[in-house]
Amino acid sequence: MQTALSIALDAFAYGMALFIICIGLSLTMGLMRLVNLAHGAFAMIGGYIASYAARDLGLGYGFGIALAVAGTVLIAVPLERLLFRRIYDRSELSQVLMTIGITFCVIGITNYFFGPTLKTIPLPADLARPIDLGFRSIAGHRLFVIASGLAVAGGLWFLIERTGFGIKLRAAVENAPMSRALGVRTELIYAASFALAVALAAFGGAVGAEFLPIEPYYALRYMVTFLVVVSVGGAGSIPGALAACLLLGAIDVTGRYLMPDFGNFFFYLAVILVVCAFPRGLMGRAR
Amino acid sequence: MAQASAPMAAATPAHGLGRDLAGLALILAAGLAGYWLFPDNLSFLTRLISIALLVLSLDLIVGYCGIASLGQAALYGAGAYAAGIACLNGVTEPFLLVLIGAGAGAVTGLLAGAIMLRAHGLPQLVLSIAIVQLLHEAANKAAWLTGGSDGLAGMAPAPLFGLFAFDLWGRAAYLFGLGLLVVVFVALKLLVRSPFGMVCRGLKEDPLRVSALGISAFPVLLRMFVISGAVAGMGGALGAISTQVVGLDSVSFELSANALVMLVLGGLGNLYGALIGTVVFMAVEHVVAAIDPFHWMTLVGALLVAIVLFAPRGLSGTLDEAARILTRRPRRAGP
Repeated sequence: MQTALSIALDAFAYGMALFIICIGLSLTMGLMRLVNLAHGAFAMIGGYIASYAARDLGLGYGFGIALAVAGTVLIAVPLERLLFRRIYDRSELSQVLMTIGITFCVIGITNYFFGPTLKTIPLPADLARPIDLGFRSIAGHRLFVIASGLAVAGGLWFLIERTGFGIKLRAAVENAPMSRALGVRTELIYAASFALAVALAAFGGAVGAEFLPIEPYYALRYMVTFLVVVSVGGAGSIPGALAACLLLGAIDVTGRYLMPDFGNFFFYLAVILVVCAFPRGLMGRAR
Repeated sequence: MAQASAPMAAATPAHGLGRDLAGLALILAAGLAGYWLFPDNLSFLTRLISIALLVLSLDLIVGYCGIASLGQAALYGAGAYAAGIACLNGVTEPFLLVLIGAGAGAVTGLLAGAIMLRAHGLPQLVLSIAIVQLLHEAANKAAWLTGGSDGLAGMAPAPLFGLFAFDLWGRAAYLFGLGLLVVVFVALKLLVRSPFGMVCRGLKEDPLRVSALGISAFPVLLRMFVISGAVAGMGGALGAISTQVVGLDSVSFELSANALVMLVLGGLGNLYGALIGTVVFMAVEHVVAAIDPFHWMTLVGALLVAIVLFAPRGLSGTLDEAARILTRRPRRAGP
């Protein structure tokens, strides 16, 4: 029972860390129809900046994360203008290729500057010690990740369903020429939502570093995981992404606890079964 | 890529026998030139041929059927492991080993195709990744059969025709591989021009119209998956015979992604493009990655971005265009 509980808590926290990173990708893929395999690269940039600020400059955890989000968005916005904007209406294959290319470049360049070592983000004392929940104690950091995940999910739902920006974004996705005719500046909307997705990636990369360690091949190693999660959840759906992250996170963590020598076998088996049963993802929208 | 492939499809019937023979002669000449010019690098060149078969097989699926796949190494690895296991169990005749590899690749292609064809677009791509990752983990786990993370080693294929041993110099392996590549290339050239190949291309360009003609897509595409698996399996078997080692890297996502990059670099939907892409990619990798692997990644990444932006038809398409411009200009200038 104790084991089951601790596995469940671990799986929940891991699923939430996945969710914070993947929801940005789900938005770019579902709403902007852009298969952005470089999403993991932005999470990696966020992790590197957070690690540099918190560990090497000694600026503290919270400041490091804020700097990571700001810095990554600052890097991503020019990239959106120069590169991503040209492939919004190209075929999926072109998008996959260009974003893999950007991922390779990011890996090469970060390692040129920061060296090929594992980067850690030191936790503040408050988050490092366990917190008693009454029935079970949990590492403070895990609780922080879970809370952040829930906050991100709620905030995004509010932003997309209840604000003027969300209405304009959905309109631009549904019918770009018509929205432009009605005075919506679709390029600005796209740039803003791209920046939002990147900010979430950077935040997730920094916050989730305990689960997905920041290392030189981070962008490539987890690229597949992120893509798989989004596809299983159904691109563009917040509840779908949440369900996929919790389901796959649970399978992954349980498999690693109980049958460590099978590696990711059950993870990918589950992916094949889910995609075969729900070809559009758990909660994907019909096209 | 839809706008790029339309003129290519229109140009195909005009290709004469002479042009095919010239292309074949060029491949043979380049292969033999490699044999004479780089006698110390024959094992690398044999690996290049083995990967070229993988990229050709990927071209059948991506370039001719329009199904994006990031899991082609599953078929390649199946062939490599089948040939390796057969060789360790007493089947040492190289031709038979290649056939075994082709068979294993074809069976894997049948299974992978049956799974992948259930979805479209992005979920299909994800299925291809999941298949190769699943096989990777299975090969890692089934250590009694595949050697796990150590891989299979100690294969001793019988000499070619009973005369030429697969020795350290790799001369026999290279010429064997070159012969295999030429035979497969001719067969594929005939295949893509056959009515079956045209149906596949039609399904890529306009699936609705092809189905209106009364052709059901699933069996056609599944057959192409089987053929593609056989070609990839032969490539894997060649790799197993020449290096006499089969490792987990032969059934990996990285190899699949690299194969796709090579194909796109050379040009989709064009068998010559698959060969050109493989040669250019592996030659540059051989030189640059030896200096610093991270420089190599930056370079490949920049190259990919440049191809998508400036040369969506790949090297072969760009060469074609350049040739067309060069050959037309005098005609326009003339009377």
